[in-house]
Amino acid sequence: MNTASNHDAHGPKSGIMRWITTTNHKDIGNMYLIVALAMFFVGGAMAMVIRAELFQPGLQLVNPHFFNQMTTLHALIMVFGAVMPAFVGFANWQVPLMIGAPDMALPRLNNWSFWLLPFAAVMLVSTLFMEGGAPAAGWTMYPPLVQQTGDAFPFLIFTVHLLGMSSILGAINIIVTIVNMRAPGMTLLKMPMFVWTWLITAFLLIAVMPVFAGAVTMLLTDQYFGTSFFNTAGGGDPVLFQHLFWFFGHPEVYIMILPSFGVISQVIPTFARKPLFGYASMVYATAAIAFLSFIVWAHHMFTVGMPISGQLYFMYATVLIAVPTGVKVFNWLATMWRGSMTFETPMLFALGVVVMFTFGGFTGVMMGTAPTDVQYHDSYFIVAHFHYTLVSGAVFSVFCGAYYWLPKWTGYMYDEKLGKLHFWLTAISFNVLFFPQHFLGLAGMPRRIPDYALQFADWNMVSSIGGFAFGLAQLIFLWVVIKAVRGGEPASDEVWEGADGLEWTLSSPPPYHSFNEAPKVS
Amino acid sequence: MFRSKTSTRLNGLLGVGLTLGTADALAAWTLNLSPGVTPISRAVFDLHTLLMWVCVVIAIGVFGVMFWSIFHHRKSRGAVPAKFTHSTIVEVVWTTIPFLILVGTAIPATKAIILMEETGEAADMTIKVTGYQWKWKYEYLDEDISFFSNLAATSRDVRNGGDPRGVKNYLLEVDNELVVPVNKRIRFLITADDVLHSWWIPAFGMKRDAIPGFMNEMWASIDTPGTYRGQCAELCGKDHGYMPIVVVAKSEVEYRQWVAGKQGAARAEQAAAGKTWNKAELLARGEQVYNTSCAACHQANGAGLPGVFPAITGSAVAIGPQDAHLDIVMNGKKGTAMQAFAAQLSDTDIAAVVSYQRNALGNSVGDSVQPSDVKAKRR
Repeated sequence: MNTASNHDAHGPKSGIMRWITTTNHKDIGNMYLIVALAMFFVGGAMAMVIRAELFQPGLQLVNPHFFNQMTTLHALIMVFGAVMPAFVGFANWQVPLMIGAPDMALPRLNNWSFWLLPFAAVMLVSTLFMEGGAPAAGWTMYPPLVQQTGDAFPFLIFTVHLLGMSSILGAINIIVTIVNMRAPGMTLLKMPMFVWTWLITAFLLIAVMPVFAGAVTMLLTDQYFGTSFFNTAGGGDPVLFQHLFWFFGHPEVYIMILPSFGVISQVIPTFARKPLFGYASMVYATAAIAFLSFIVWAHHMFTVGMPISGQLYFMYATVLIAVPTGVKVFNWLATMWRGSMTFETPMLFALGVVVMFTFGGFTGVMMGTAPTDVQYHDSYFIVAHFHYTLVSGAVFSVFCGAYYWLPKWTGYMYDEKLGKLHFWLTAISFNVLFFPQHFLGLAGMPRRIPDYALQFADWNMVSSIGGFAFGLAQLIFLWVVIKAVRGGEPASDEVWEGADGLEWTLSSPPPYHSFNEAPKVS
Repeated sequence: MFRSKTSTRLNGLLGVGLTLGTADALAAWTLNLSPGVTPISRAVFDLHTLLMWVCVVIAIGVFGVMFWSIFHHRKSRGAVPAKFTHSTIVEVVWTTIPFLILVGTAIPATKAIILMEETGEAADMTIKVTGYQWKWKYEYLDEDISFFSNLAATSRDVRNGGDPRGVKNYLLEVDNELVVPVNKRIRFLITADDVLHSWWIPAFGMKRDAIPGFMNEMWASIDTPGTYRGQCAELCGKDHGYMPIVVVAKSEVEYRQWVAGKQGAARAEQAAAGKTWNKAELLARGEQVYNTSCAACHQANGAGLPGVFPAITGSAVAIGPQDAHLDIVMNGKKGTAMQAFAAQLSDTDIAAVVSYQRNALGNSVGDSVQPSDVKAKRR
């Protein structure tokens, strides 16, 4: 070992050790994205099982206990294994490039926060093979039901701990990087929106992951060490867990959606060839949404029996989120207005997000209104709502960002025709899949049931057909990515005609240590 | 809940021929909430309709502008990008207007919440609802009537592998319905015995979580006689999808007749517990009790689900000493899904089901249990 110059200055190590010991933000970003994509297909396969069972009434494929394992794991894997790691992968790649830094501020921590993730994911999936099966009490893990989990119970808790550690360390790294390593001249209010949204998201993560870890630890001690935090017989309160869970859980949905707003705010100006409208109000709206996300959690609990004053407060605070969210949508519209738009795949996905996420926002206002929520709660209406926000909001943004940045990362253009095919198949099948679920919920179908009354049969069949098509369409994405990594038409440095920002001043792909000398931002 | 005055029209409208024709199955291709049959459900329906139209109007405006822009401001039409980046006036306007719209919808929403929570008003009758894995218990606090309501045998028989299409009200039929009078203010007290459940009848416009150790309240005043169906809405384990709720609303006179009949049946049951049962009677009754109360976990053939629910066939408890067997059936097993059936089943039912488990399902201990044995064990 010779000293400082040995920091992989001229490129990575070779072989497997490159990936195990890497401290490079691009390598780690790649690994996050690969894990996210793999888990997206694992969680997606579970969704296929769910939709196949619900294709027609009666039990055909799985038993109810396994069905509950599928809904539980599908949610946990998609939230913690697919969407969150995908955005962390984006942050790893893009934050240093966008702020003009050579790497993340804490590269070894970066390695560690990544490597916790695959082990946590494997542990979670391995519960399927344990005595008593995987966790089946829903991703919300409400006691007392979760305490009927078999041998998988402690593994579920430790998975949450590992994922939480990974997220907190990653968040610390992102904050330290953004605060300390911006290029000279890049003041906070000159940062790209994607960087801003991640800065705010990282604070959300640090604030709420410990609460979640604490809550599941209390479940653990209730189960094995005789405490009674959530056990009524011992003087505890099962509803306390719901308060703790949703104090984490509501900000968690913004942890998934704020970076996606960031991606959209980069992509729309590029393809409209016009700067982002109302940059400052975008920043303030993001901060306002983040703040409000901490004080609205009990709108997930309107049916637990709350005093009128509690219901009124949580209702008012919740629907208030529509105001800053509306500001964001209007700003994107104004960015497009009198621009000069083209519609490459990233732009198509961005527009898909604006339309369909906004639709999810509408149903969000309907559910934030407490009296109507009492009907929608725990029905398929909410299943439709959160898939509109998290699939057409967050997952579409991941596709959007992936298509947008792939040429920069790989140095090759992806196949535009296949990309557009992927978009249209995804967008259409998504709506066939989830739109009818609004009707099912309004007609009275509860969520999380493996079999249903006959009057729900027709829309369920439509929904399942959409589901299978949606699943198949994602294989196109896999193929596009593989193709772009392997070669293709070389990408220019700027890649997109209207692209603006430091990342587009570097070569495609960028050098191993992005900026060896800090660029000047005027 | 699943009323379908509109269903035939919608079927025609959608031009799809896959619908189910029977009057009870109804409502295939249903699109919207039902207005329901209580003051709360109507208030909720009106609010839902208002919110939906507000959203539709905003959506038309927002997406209209967006698609107009997508169509006209595209490079292929020679659009040249403008230079503007912000406008304080516009931004203030589009922050203020949504806020005012929300204030507008919050007013009827607040009124509806207050209506829902009027549980303090004098109720004409009170029914306590307790959720169990996976059935409901109903107690009429003023009438001394109490019974369990399980998934009907017609649905249960086809749920593992049969074709549900011929079953009337598949998964929405119970063995004992909750019978109530119309036009009375009914207070429901809702709780649970084991895990969380949620009692939901869409036509009443209400659902309330059933939480062990806590008593939740809701009220309903049903203005139309009829049968109203719902399901447990909070995930409660394996058979969450198999614990329906059926409420039959009758006129006051018919309701009183039903109450008298129910009370008479309870007296007959008490008398039956006093006699000595022969083994054939016990086994016949035991099979019924086993199928409603035990088979969901231990399976109809007694094989259980390995790792989750133990088998009855060959189990050390079921072929061991009678006293220990009775003990676990009556008092449950802590930390597992095994419930304390002493609180749920009559002496006769417990005697019958324990006898059945010891002498059927592949077991042949040979002894039997009498209701008086069970009575002696109750403390």
